Amino acid sequence: MADTDEAGERRVPAPRLVRLGRRSAARVAFTIDDEAAEGFEGDTLLTAILTNRSDLGAIGPDPRRRAGFCLMGICQDCWVRLADGRRVRACTTRLEPGMAVLLEAVEVHW
Amino acid sequence: MSPLPTVVIVGAGPAGIAAARRLAEAGLRPMLLDREPAVGGQILRQQAPGIELPPLPGFDPAAGPRMRSDLEALRDRIDWYPSTTVIAIEGNRLWAIGPSGEIDSTGWDRLLVCTGAHDRLVPVPGWTLPGVVTLGAAQIALKTQGCAVGRRIAFVGTGPLLYLSAAQHVAAGCDVAVVADTSGVGDAAAAVAGLLGDRARLALGLRCLRILARAGVRRVRRVTALAVEGDDRVTGLVIHAGRRRTTFPCDAVAIGFGLVPQTQLLDLAGVELAPESRSGLWLPVLDAAGRTSMPGVYAAGDGATLAGAEAAGLMGERAALAVLEDLHLASDRDRAAWLDRELARHAGLARALARAFPFPTRLEESIDDATVICRCEGVTAGAVRSAVGEFDAGEVNRLKALTRCGMGRCQGRICGPVLARLVARASGRSLAEVGRLRAQAPVEPLPARTRRADAADATP
Repeated sequence: MADTDEAGERRVPAPRLVRLGRRSAARVAFTIDDEAAEGFEGDTLLTAILTNRSDLGAIGPDPRRRAGFCLMGICQDCWVRLADGRRVRACTTRLEPGMAVLLEAVEVHW
Repeated sequence: MSPLPTVVIVGAGPAGIAAARRLAEAGLRPMLLDREPAVGGQILRQQAPGIELPPLPGFDPAAGPRMRSDLEALRDRIDWYPSTTVIAIEGNRLWAIGPSGEIDSTGWDRLLVCTGAHDRLVPVPGWTLPGVVTLGAAQIALKTQGCAVGRRIAFVGTGPLLYLSAAQHVAAGCDVAVVADTSGVGDAAAAVAGLLGDRARLALGLRCLRILARAGVRRVRRVTALAVEGDDRVTGLVIHAGRRRTTFPCDAVAIGFGLVPQTQLLDLAGVELAPESRSGLWLPVLDAAGRTSMPGVYAAGDGATLAGAEAAGLMGERAALAVLEDLHLASDRDRAAWLDRELARHAGLARALARAFPFPTRLEESIDDATVICRCEGVTAGAVRSAVGEFDAGEVNRLKALTRCGMGRCQGRICGPVLARLVARASGRSLAEVGRLRAQAPVEPLPARTRRADAADATP
């Protein structure tokens, strides 16, 4: 979610996840709400999204924003839409090159 | 010659793999179904390639690949189905969704359920905020993805995982705001005494405490209340201990209060479950070898009895021997007797750990009315309490229908035990009386496009 600071400038909150250590895996390009984003080979989709964004938006009937919770496919708090019409559980889905994630989109047409 | 009996194992963690190996050695050809693409279960989740982390206490990055190569060696003697999630069981048949997204089914002569466990939660104010994750989640992010769930992380809850996860994060170079435990020092003495029988685990525990002490991490014990602060993301953790109230600024909170066994498939298989007195959790009723109340259905690992990864492997092997015995095939009585002795020892250790890190029942009973307990449906503790009074309801499935608590995507895996406690407390009934949320097939959410494998030619 883009916040606005006192001067009215757009302030994007820091990504939720922080990569540690050294990484030699290949980079993987994908998009989040049509903006170019980058992850690494071996990332889950959740890792790829949350190293670029602060949260996933609302997930279900509850309007509160979420950012994953159990990361092991139990809590179902990280289902996201892809532009090709799929809905996937981000923590148990591998990042694939060219994936187009839709977080803020309310209506999806395909 | 009669065909080999079909033995299906669900879950390729330490229990499932040990069972598969033993059954294959006995000349059977077990089917091993696992939700994950790689074997090892949660405990031995494999690290993504190309990540270099400093050494972490209690984590051997080679253990996952080792287990995978162990299984590869068995490859031509078992039928291994990775990325395959069992979603329904009826009679002697189960249905699973595979990597192609299609549903297929198989019958079985014997079913061994090794579905493991996940974190147990107590809802606290702010626990749905982005930045709050389970202790297990923080570990998965770190160990398998090489990521920290925040820049300054507070660890709160109870259990060995609280200290292990915090120490692993310190070792990886993360900033740990606090380690806050709901159990007390007296409980810890019980842990040390109980763990004297297991030098390796005791040594690991002491090593974690040393890592935390050397990094100067604040530790708080006997936490009686807590709350996560923040509007649209975590900004701090408030801890009450004794008469002191302290706020620890942080941007992430890792929280967990022990584990909950995943009993949904056992429930669908018709296995008798009963509430365990200490934890209040519903566990399968088992004999020492892992036989359930349903003939032909067995359970092993943390999904059956919470005793850790090493014991899970032993339970898996013991259940496999029971399967062989029950099929009147050559078993190994000496090995079974040895396993029984080892499992009794592990049960003792598990009891000591449960005494050392008791589940904070009072924290659970005193959840604020305004706090959401069902993350999926956004149902508050107050909504559940007032429904108990308004409808004179004292059974959890009734409360689910009345409030939608436990009706969402996770099917009550996170809120189920909490709902039971609140209903018991509000209605003056026991946990046995209020019951448990019944598992419903499919036990995991299915995409609308899911089809049956044999319906591939049907009109889409």
